[in-house]
Amino acid sequence: MVSLGSIRWRRRVKTLFLYAFMLFFSAPFIFVFVWMVMASLKTQLQNTAIPPLLFFEPTFENYYRVFTRTPIVQYFNNSIIVALGSTGLGLLLGLPAAFSIALFRQHGLALAVLSSRIMPGMSYLLPWFILFSALQLIGTHLAVILSHLTVTMPLVIWILIGFFEDLPGELFDAARIDGCSVYGSFTRIALPLALPGIIVSGILAFIFSWNNFMLSLILGGSGVRTLPVAVYNFIGETQIDWGGLNATATTVTLPVVFFVLIVQRHVVKGLTLGAVKG
Amino acid sequence: MSNTGAASLARRPRGIPSLRGLFGERNARYIMPAPAVLAIAAMMVFPVVYTFYLSFHEWFASSPKAPAFVGLENYATLILKDPRFQGAFLRTFLFTLLAVGLQTVLGIAMALVFNEEFRGRGLFRTLFLLPMMATPVAVSLVWLMMYDPTSGLLNYLLSLFGIEPSLWVADPKIALLCLVVVDSWKFTPLIMLIVLAGLSALPAEPYESAIIDGAGAGQLFWHITLPLLRPTIMVAVLFRSIDALKTFDSIFVITRGGPLYASETLNIYAFVAAFQYFNMGYSSALLVIFFVIVMAVSVLFMWLRRVSW
Repeated sequence: MVSLGSIRWRRRVKTLFLYAFMLFFSAPFIFVFVWMVMASLKTQLQNTAIPPLLFFEPTFENYYRVFTRTPIVQYFNNSIIVALGSTGLGLLLGLPAAFSIALFRQHGLALAVLSSRIMPGMSYLLPWFILFSALQLIGTHLAVILSHLTVTMPLVIWILIGFFEDLPGELFDAARIDGCSVYGSFTRIALPLALPGIIVSGILAFIFSWNNFMLSLILGGSGVRTLPVAVYNFIGETQIDWGGLNATATTVTLPVVFFVLIVQRHVVKGLTLGAVKG
Repeated sequence: MSNTGAASLARRPRGIPSLRGLFGERNARYIMPAPAVLAIAAMMVFPVVYTFYLSFHEWFASSPKAPAFVGLENYATLILKDPRFQGAFLRTFLFTLLAVGLQTVLGIAMALVFNEEFRGRGLFRTLFLLPMMATPVAVSLVWLMMYDPTSGLLNYLLSLFGIEPSLWVADPKIALLCLVVVDSWKFTPLIMLIVLAGLSALPAEPYESAIIDGAGAGQLFWHITLPLLRPTIMVAVLFRSIDALKTFDSIFVITRGGPLYASETLNIYAFVAAFQYFNMGYSSALLVIFFVIVMAVSVLFMWLRRVSW
């Protein structure tokens, strides 16, 4: 006969193994971030030490240097302006479109938006580069914001179609009977009720614009350098300033972490345009 | 059906002629999406058409000469005479196959491990979102630092086990594999979270009857869990494949397609052709081919979905 104590003991061992397994699997995914923050707190000598240092006296010298000696504040502002601009514009254009697609079941239009997500960004970038060069718009906020619109708008539309479709139809029937127009039901009923969806899609769009590198690199030129481009430029130097690089990388990643905490339930939906839930 | 969602508005109720007659009301279905459609046309359709047009021309953005029509020459050179293109073509598929394959297998395995009730599950879920959402350039550079042959962390770890140091991304033989690792680090959690969500939505009945019939854990997984999850996994694989084909940031930042083109994919080659050599016509032709490939893969998946589900 098995005693109660031995069952409990076995269960404990099983839990212990499970936790060990989970730790083993998840460690690499977390560790890269730990290593990034650690490197941002090391001197150049500590960063190139062999073997790599796990224990050291942290210094904020890298942050101090990056914030005082490089125009990182300006890059930060550029990133904010571009991300806010392209997200705002994406919402402005995307909201009525998403409502219309949900309301009138415009599947063809939904598919067109989806195919713009499938298209490689490179095939937009080249013509824009030529066009914006001709208009002398390379290195302006406008050029970067417009190009990021291709990232933010399809995302906003696809996330919001789902939110609008989930609204109870009785509300719209009632509004209709009371003589409310389509536009009235959009602004007075759909928009307030879909506010959580608007916030979620807005935050996701902001993150994707914030993270964008390729479009900003070419269309931002030297005039509008965003944070990802600034991080990248660290490796152009003959000797890479690892501490400064990681301090900048940590600075660009921090807002993303904050936003991910807010929208965590919707991140997977955002990455697959609502096709699957996470 | 009639009362679900906003769609019920589309039915025109009788007896409210005052609104029906208005132009704006009648054409709301065209007016509301019009700004977005115009933006798509200007920002996405026009560029694709222009790329297609340019692909039949020879034009260097660095020279004052106007684009000259050359017919299919760019395409012919790319496909028949350019080994760099052929290499990039194969590498793009190899990268996608390896990356998405690894992520799918690892992602499913991890989902099975994490499909337990335990304290701190929410925290783990949140942490797993970070690799896929963190700024790609930033995390790619951390990987570059870890791959460093002299002071990088990975060679130090190897030395702990008495293994010879590797050149990692500087070694043409394994550079592409190193990039597959980075991509998998980012997106294995995505597959895992998708499968995890699928697992929690599975019905209990098939398992109950299978256990009564004496099925083992392995049989349960192969004959019940996997078939039930297949639609979810297919969608995840579709989105991952499309994005993996287009991977830019991590490859460009870590290797720039090197060493010796060993990790150059179509996207990277097109970028270099356009913005380093300013060979716009050639790059356009490359982009058209690339674009057709991405579309073909998407359509293939849609077709698979229809056939096998």
